[in-house]
Amino acid sequence: MLSHIIAGCLRFSWWRAFASGIQRKFFGEGVRAVPLAGHVGFDSMPDQLVNKSVNRGFCFNILCVGETGLGKSTLMDTLFNTKFEGEPTQHNQPGVTLKSNTYELQESNVRLKLTVVNTVGFGDQINKEDSYKSIVEFIDTQFEAYLQEELKIKRTLHSYHDTRIHACLYFIAPTGHSLKSLDLVTMKKLDSKVNIVPIVAKSDAISKSELAKFKIKITSELVSNGVQIYQFPTDDESVAEINSTMNSHLPFAVVGSTEEVKIGNKMVKARQYPWGTVQVENENHCDFVKLREMLIRVNMEDLREQTHTRHYELYRRCKLEEMGFKDTDPDSKPFSLQETYEAKRNEFMGELQKKEEEMRQMFVQRVKEKEAELKEAEKELHEKFDRLKKLHQDEKKKLEEKKKSLDDEVNMFKQKKTAAELLLNQAQQAGGSTTLKRDKERKK
Amino acid sequence: ISHGHGGSHSSSGGSTLLGYIGIDTIIEQMRKKTMKTGFDFNIMVVGPSGLGKSTLVNTLFKSQVSRKSAGWARDEKIPKTVEIKSVSHVIEEGGVKMKLTIVDTPGFGDQINNDNCWEPISKYINEQFEKFLKEEVNITRKKRIPDTRVHCCLYFIPPTGHCLRQLDVEFMRRLSHSVNIIPVIAKSDTMTIEERQEFKQRVRKELENNGIEFYPQKEFDDDMEDKSDNDKIRETMPFAVVGSDKEHQVNGKRVLGRKTAWGIIEVENPNHCEFAQLRDFLIRSHLQDLKEVTHNIHYETYRAKRLNDNGGLHPISSNDTQESNL
Repeated sequence: MLSHIIAGCLRFSWWRAFASGIQRKFFGEGVRAVPLAGHVGFDSMPDQLVNKSVNRGFCFNILCVGETGLGKSTLMDTLFNTKFEGEPTQHNQPGVTLKSNTYELQESNVRLKLTVVNTVGFGDQINKEDSYKSIVEFIDTQFEAYLQEELKIKRTLHSYHDTRIHACLYFIAPTGHSLKSLDLVTMKKLDSKVNIVPIVAKSDAISKSELAKFKIKITSELVSNGVQIYQFPTDDESVAEINSTMNSHLPFAVVGSTEEVKIGNKMVKARQYPWGTVQVENENHCDFVKLREMLIRVNMEDLREQTHTRHYELYRRCKLEEMGFKDTDPDSKPFSLQETYEAKRNEFMGELQKKEEEMRQMFVQRVKEKEAELKEAEKELHEKFDRLKKLHQDEKKKLEEKKKSLDDEVNMFKQKKTAAELLLNQAQQAGGSTTLKRDKERKK
Repeated sequence: ISHGHGGSHSSSGGSTLLGYIGIDTIIEQMRKKTMKTGFDFNIMVVGPSGLGKSTLVNTLFKSQVSRKSAGWARDEKIPKTVEIKSVSHVIEEGGVKMKLTIVDTPGFGDQINNDNCWEPISKYINEQFEKFLKEEVNITRKKRIPDTRVHCCLYFIPPTGHCLRQLDVEFMRRLSHSVNIIPVIAKSDTMTIEERQEFKQRVRKELENNGIEFYPQKEFDDDMEDKSDNDKIRETMPFAVVGSDKEHQVNGKRVLGRKTAWGIIEVENPNHCEFAQLRDFLIRSHLQDLKEVTHNIHYETYRAKRLNDNGGLHPISSNDTQESNL
């Protein structure tokens, strides 16, 4: 009886310690737990939160990295049970570009904005040294956009359309041997920026025994090269078991197909060969179901959270440090960000003013020059005008002189004429008509 | 892996789905995550002493969470200036853990000269915003920034039955833009139902005339459904409440109530007072919304103002090595 009581007390005190331990872990020291005397109702809080999220809708962004022809688009179609648009790409792309498409899916009351980003032309070039660059750039651009929004003064983060990549499916070619160096290099560059989920594409090309060896080889190569792939979280008891099992099955060997084949009396997604049919959703045939389970049905929220709390924070920290911000300790100076804003703003304003001044000077200068030019032109015109006027006057004078001399001549001629006529009259009166006749004949 | 789901779901909008994918499981995933992390809730009570603030809070959360019960004497002297005293507890219900902080403001409205008695309160609220902001702008940030911002301010109106006092109007006018104010009529068992209705109408009218928007603010209604729900609530506010932590026997049941010579006032009886409505509104339907409005609106307003002003900064000393390479 006593032992019962003691055992009961011990259990109770153990529970108290356990409970306070949990409470300390969650809420810090110095906070007591108090019991409730009845139903309060805040257990509806997760529902309230979920309802708000449902009203807002969710975002999920997947990046598919892999060589052309590994079935990336088909796998996406199969995963999301839909036909996304797009044609298969050619093999002659000059570089790696990223093409993203956004779709609105809905299941019961959940609206999902799904963005699928595909690498176009990955692995097609002769020189693949820079292949990873456009991928890294793309991921960084999404982080940057979010960071810019976060740094704004007037911001609307709660309605921001999150374009950051939550999961990166890395498609490994089913060679059966090992990872290509391109794969290792690319994954190494991406592992600190995004959650990488490696998958073996078109895995119906490998036999089961080869596949097991292939998986082991891949995993060991990843480990030996220090590539950090996404681990399904095992801290929550409800999913710890399934997640840790799945972790051991990575990389998933998948087969994608949107065509349906009749097996028994059901239509299933499958690929039909002369020697048999590979069923996509048959777990003995491939790991497609595992991938779907892990990616969507169990860990979608964790993928989003890891992206935000780990990868984005790392990007943000690096970017801010690069920009010259430093953390201050809490009591010395507050708000290094604000001060740096100020300094930057002042610098910018200073530069602006300088530029403005320069432009004003230039303008004044130009005006002066133009003015001088115009004055010159005016002077010239005046001179020309004067010259012409003088010319004109000279001409006029000359003409008048000529006229005068002409007039004189005319007058003289008139005088002569009158004199001659007078003489003639006199001669007539004196000499008679003979002189006239003689003159007339002479004149004839 | 087996599922209980079978067959295909039809969808509306966007690409046509040919089978069940499982994206609606994100609701469950999200719920699990919330339950795991727990959450903070900070509520401030403002009003002159003797209006039953602590009792009401204890009744709301069905436990001894307010300052008075945390070990201090009930007959403490009324302070000469408004003090801010906060006390936190962890409560758990249905697997959901909540760190509840009650911020009490003893001395508010108790002096002869109550000029500017809202200032310490306003200062406290802004200090919490400042704390959060400082954490948010750090280069290396905590995974979960501790949230001490006041999510809700219960303002206790004395049940005079006449109209709002000047102090009430002044306080609410100044603080309604930095915190969600929920006015309540305290100790409402001193009014009859008719008196209560009239008083409430007068209070609402006066708040409207002074341009005071209490929570839920009209401008933040999300959609028509929200608006109609909130309109109903706004029409009933301020809630006329009675608080009690004592149980009595009524009709064979144990209920919380106040025993008087003329009867037992049942706290949770909607015919007696509006406590149940307040509790449902505050805790069961709008708890998350209170936090969201605080975070998305009041905090953002503070932050924008802070980033725009030059005024609040400490001066940079001459030998400051904080100059960054820009």
